[in-house]
Amino acid sequence: MEEEKKRQRGVRLCCLCNEQRASLKRPKTLEHICRDCFYRVFEDEIHDVILSNNLFSPGDRVAIGASGGKDSTVLAYVLSKLNKTHNYGLDLFLLSVDEGITGYRDDSLLTVHRNQIQYGLPLKVISYEELYGWTMDNIVKMIGLKNNCTFCGVFRRQALDRGAALLKVDKVVTGHNADDIAETVLLNILRGDIARLSRCTSIITGEDSPIPRCKPFKYTYEKEIVMYAYFKKLDYFSTECIYSPNAYRGFAREFIKDLERIRPRAILDIIQSGENFRISATTKMPEQGTCERCGYISSQKWCKACVLLDGLNRGLPKLGIGRSRGSIDGCKDRNEKNGGKSIESKQCGTLDF
Amino acid sequence: MACNGDGCQSTCYKDEQPCSKPTESPNPSNNICIKCKLNDAVSGYGGVDDGRFCADCFRSNLFGKFRLAVTSNAMITPTDKVLVAFSGGPSSRVALQFVHDMQERAQKNFDASRDRSLPVFGVGVVFIDESAILSIPSGEMEEAVEVISSVVSSLAPPTKELHIVPIENVYSSDSSDGKEKLIKLVGSVSDPTGREDMLLYLRMLALQKVASEFGYNRLVLGSCVSRIASHVISATVKGQGYSLPADIQYVDARWEIPIVLPLRDCFAQEINMFCHLDGLKTFRLSTGPCSTINSLVSSFVALLQEENPSRESTIVRTAGKLIPFQFNRIPEIVDGKVPLATRRRQKRYNLKPNDSVSSESFCLLCNSPLDKSEIVDASNADNSRSSDIFYSACCSSCHFQILPSDSISMEQFYMDLPQSVLSRAKQANNGNLSLLR
Repeated sequence: MEEEKKRQRGVRLCCLCNEQRASLKRPKTLEHICRDCFYRVFEDEIHDVILSNNLFSPGDRVAIGASGGKDSTVLAYVLSKLNKTHNYGLDLFLLSVDEGITGYRDDSLLTVHRNQIQYGLPLKVISYEELYGWTMDNIVKMIGLKNNCTFCGVFRRQALDRGAALLKVDKVVTGHNADDIAETVLLNILRGDIARLSRCTSIITGEDSPIPRCKPFKYTYEKEIVMYAYFKKLDYFSTECIYSPNAYRGFAREFIKDLERIRPRAILDIIQSGENFRISATTKMPEQGTCERCGYISSQKWCKACVLLDGLNRGLPKLGIGRSRGSIDGCKDRNEKNGGKSIESKQCGTLDF
Repeated sequence: MACNGDGCQSTCYKDEQPCSKPTESPNPSNNICIKCKLNDAVSGYGGVDDGRFCADCFRSNLFGKFRLAVTSNAMITPTDKVLVAFSGGPSSRVALQFVHDMQERAQKNFDASRDRSLPVFGVGVVFIDESAILSIPSGEMEEAVEVISSVVSSLAPPTKELHIVPIENVYSSDSSDGKEKLIKLVGSVSDPTGREDMLLYLRMLALQKVASEFGYNRLVLGSCVSRIASHVISATVKGQGYSLPADIQYVDARWEIPIVLPLRDCFAQEINMFCHLDGLKTFRLSTGPCSTINSLVSSFVALLQEENPSRESTIVRTAGKLIPFQFNRIPEIVDGKVPLATRRRQKRYNLKPNDSVSSESFCLLCNSPLDKSEIVDASNADNSRSSDIFYSACCSSCHFQILPSDSISMEQFYMDLPQSVLSRAKQANNGNLSLLR
């Protein structure tokens, strides 16, 4: 009776606990739930993902790739919380990469420094300058705003691995969320990148390398991460990179948002499809070797970072941009040609790594 | 030919043309066909070849793609009787035209040959009238039927039988309430995308029924690259990554009558251009606008294709690297009764025994092969209702977007299903039991 009355007055109860007033519509399931239940299901789902995929073992030293953005901030918060409540026995660290972008990264690093104190996690910042002798500011000064994201992306990946090695951690976790992974699956189909298509949905990558990476947010919706950060009033940084202000909006990203509007489950379905693809054994896959110069994993003689760096140092920054073989003028930048709108969105780690 | 690759297409030919042959071309902005080097090239058919061929070379190029697909996959052999599914749209219109051209050539060869050992394959045309479940403005369907009849009758002999079949034909002819059941069945699907897909499965059932009743042994669909690219993306979005490769091959023999897709390498723009050049009459029935996953995906793929003319073929090529199933080829005739003519004509040079997956279980509704995780053990379901058994033997995508979730509505849904679906379900069940024993 009482419930009936409440409904008549327009008050909806949380459909999970049936006690409190529902205060939000959960993006993943469209259930009306209360805030406490939202926190609970959000954290429980991540906990289940960690357990069912054996992401960690007790005593692991784990570095959280922290950019100061929403994904990595929520990841640091949730992971340290779960570590305490469920006794994972992990040693957590924050690992940040300083690309040397004035007005963007210096500000976001301040956020990470605050997070270090808020969550009591030790922080290591590794900079492009100390690793490569170049900051992104200097690179952009030299090559302009074209292809700069290629340098940044290639350097960041390696910087994260080197920082992790310095911290002597067993694993690196990144804040890639379900939307990111669904987008990657689609992009790899659109680009014809069969090698990446076959591995982009694995929750742990590089298991044979010394430091595997994992994505505890593989099944977590971006909308829910934003919601969680908002309700918990977490301290995060949400400005776009000054060198690629429009990189965030891509065809594929918009498409996924449109799909989510019609059918929230679509994001999970895309990931499931990605997991179920069976790729023909006769398909040529690039061989994995090591870079002759720095020893980093590479499918070529030199790793991409060394090629790019070599170009920078020799004053030939176009070296290594575009298709590997073939003349430089043959490969026009597709982004440029189409007025800056590209099919992909997160070429630059505006949010995380 | 030096400039075959798409990379240099824009630079070498167009740049050198005005200076080398400035007088021959009346219009300097117009190019000469790179194949015959005689006629002016036409443009507007998209893809990487746009603006490179003249109308004749374009036609023969498109027909060449069709014929290569047909011969290298043993789609049509002289003793076959093929049924072309014609919707009135450009793709199926071109499929019909090409099948007709091929038959006409075969007829000429037959008339000219002395021993007449190679018979001419038979062709029929089928149109499924879906007005029972789609809201098509009155008068439009009559007009459509008129157009179809005139198209088919205007094709040169041998004459082609035309079957115009209402979709409610999927119910056996002795049950008079077929149409009502059908409307109820489709109406009970609440998800708009699910309803669209349900209609697709029903249409396939209707096509199969016609093909089987009139003794056809191939069903030709006009699916083109663009259509297949959209299917790849929408199947991915619906979580059908496992079964996806089954739908996009040249041949799909999981049905009683094998389906063949001879236009799998042709682009929609090419097909439209062909219809335009040859004045082929096509039509599109107006159905209400709907916001479904399928329509969202097609507009997304169209947008990408605009941005990059090879995007659709990249999508299809990527999906082509996924392992197909064993039924994705024309089954070999094993006993010794292979007609001599068939043996003589079978060019199976492309049918190398590449790796494929064998799948024994299929979704009872959409007939897609089931992933291991989707196959449920039916042995402990002895005392449950047949509608529940049916439910558990469907794929997860059908569970989500088509089947009702509560048991009572599911029973009603089950009651309204056409007999052919139910008999397939029974067969599958018996098959499972005999496997257990």
